[in-house]
Amino acid sequence: MTSSSQKKAPSFFASSIGKKWVVALTGVLLIGFITLHLLGNLAIFLGPEAINSYSEKLHHLGVLLWIVRLGLLVVAGLHVFFTMALWRENKKASLEKYAVRQKLETTLYARSMRLSGLVVLGFVLFHLAQFTWELTNPDYKNWMDALGRHDVYRMLISAFSNLWVAGFYLLSVGLLALHLAHGVASLFQTLGLTSEKLRPRFERVSLIVAVLFFLGYASIPLAVFFKVVS
Amino acid sequence: MNFHLRLWRQEGPSAKGGFEEIEARDIPAEASFLEMLDIVNNRLIKEGREPVAFESDCREGICGTCSMVINGIPQGPGRGAACQVYMRTFRDGDSITVEPFRVAAFPLVKDLVVNRSAYDRIIQSGGFITEHTGGAPDAAAMLIGKREADRAMDAAACIGCGACAAACPNSSAMLFVGAKVTHLSLLPQGQPERSGRALNMVRAMDEEGFGNCSNYYACEAVCPANISASVIATLNREFVAAVIKVEVAN
Repeated sequence: MTSSSQKKAPSFFASSIGKKWVVALTGVLLIGFITLHLLGNLAIFLGPEAINSYSEKLHHLGVLLWIVRLGLLVVAGLHVFFTMALWRENKKASLEKYAVRQKLETTLYARSMRLSGLVVLGFVLFHLAQFTWELTNPDYKNWMDALGRHDVYRMLISAFSNLWVAGFYLLSVGLLALHLAHGVASLFQTLGLTSEKLRPRFERVSLIVAVLFFLGYASIPLAVFFKVVS
Repeated sequence: MNFHLRLWRQEGPSAKGGFEEIEARDIPAEASFLEMLDIVNNRLIKEGREPVAFESDCREGICGTCSMVINGIPQGPGRGAACQVYMRTFRDGDSITVEPFRVAAFPLVKDLVVNRSAYDRIIQSGGFITEHTGGAPDAAAMLIGKREADRAMDAAACIGCGACAAACPNSSAMLFVGAKVTHLSLLPQGQPERSGRALNMVRAMDEEGFGNCSNYYACEAVCPANISASVIATLNREFVAAVIKVEVAN
């Protein structure tokens, strides 16, 4: 090389690392969403009054609610789009697999990111259809509590009393936890915020975060199914 | 010792390849893996058959030429390159599968030989520093902290053998590029090209058709030079810092 003259750098979003940053940063925002969503819905344990008024307040945010919803749609869309773009490149880069397959350190949850992500995506669509668009049971729309608010409490009790709904929900939050177990530790690596010493700690934190999200989300259908709340 | 080998045979880049079963007989336990292949090849030549093509150079674990995958592990079991694998680590009568690196950016030449020039082209894009000509400077003229010196030396241990990309399910070269960028960016001598190096080496890596890192750390598990995957975090950070620096400076 005779000079260190810099050729034009590719667009940030076309580069391998740029795409990964988009996935990591959108991942951070999605973790923010599932945290708030979980905290809000744990209100079910405080009784019908708490969760119905939480829902009422949320819906009275009006324009703000729609901004957040559109934002989430864009963020989730980018997360999936860039992951798929990376995956396509990875498939092109790697030839046929070795005759002798070794796992070489990779964890089950790291290797199943695409599967867990896509099942969770499918679940989110079902979850929206069930509780937001209320397509699976249009009766939900007419369920009001004594104060004339939408009776979210009754809707959750009714939905999770169904074995299939509760089962699919549990499976999906289980896969979400697997996705987080790799994703949380991974985003620190991708954003360059780790070191040889810090990485094992982030990996432990990642597992703890995944378990906490699983316990939090699983507690709702389990409590309903086993009639802890009714 | 006797071994049952399953060796990948392929006439050329576009020929169809397949495994050939070859018996390796009367192998001394102290023979290295490459010496075992030499013995097998001598016998094949005596029998008038085509010897197995494989690469080697220093045979002491420092050049990284002997790229091959032994029982699914690039550069073979244990730390060190394939030439540092000794037959005593296997059991008598073991069946051993030997394959070439399977990475799209490392096209196969013949049998176990692949062309790893892609790594050379990545180095040419930014793995260098500018230096004064003339007399050698005083050894202590440039002060470097112990921590930086240690980290730079650890990263500099990379021999560019390609095992990282071969082990990666995505055939990503991030451990290699991360090691080079970390090594040169930590030292004062590497500062003038720091931003350009990160940008150009990542561009070159992408252009060669390597995959993207999914943080599986299979690379770290097989690296014969013990490079830590923390160099990938450093590369991720250096690249984005360089993008911002160039955008803001222009």
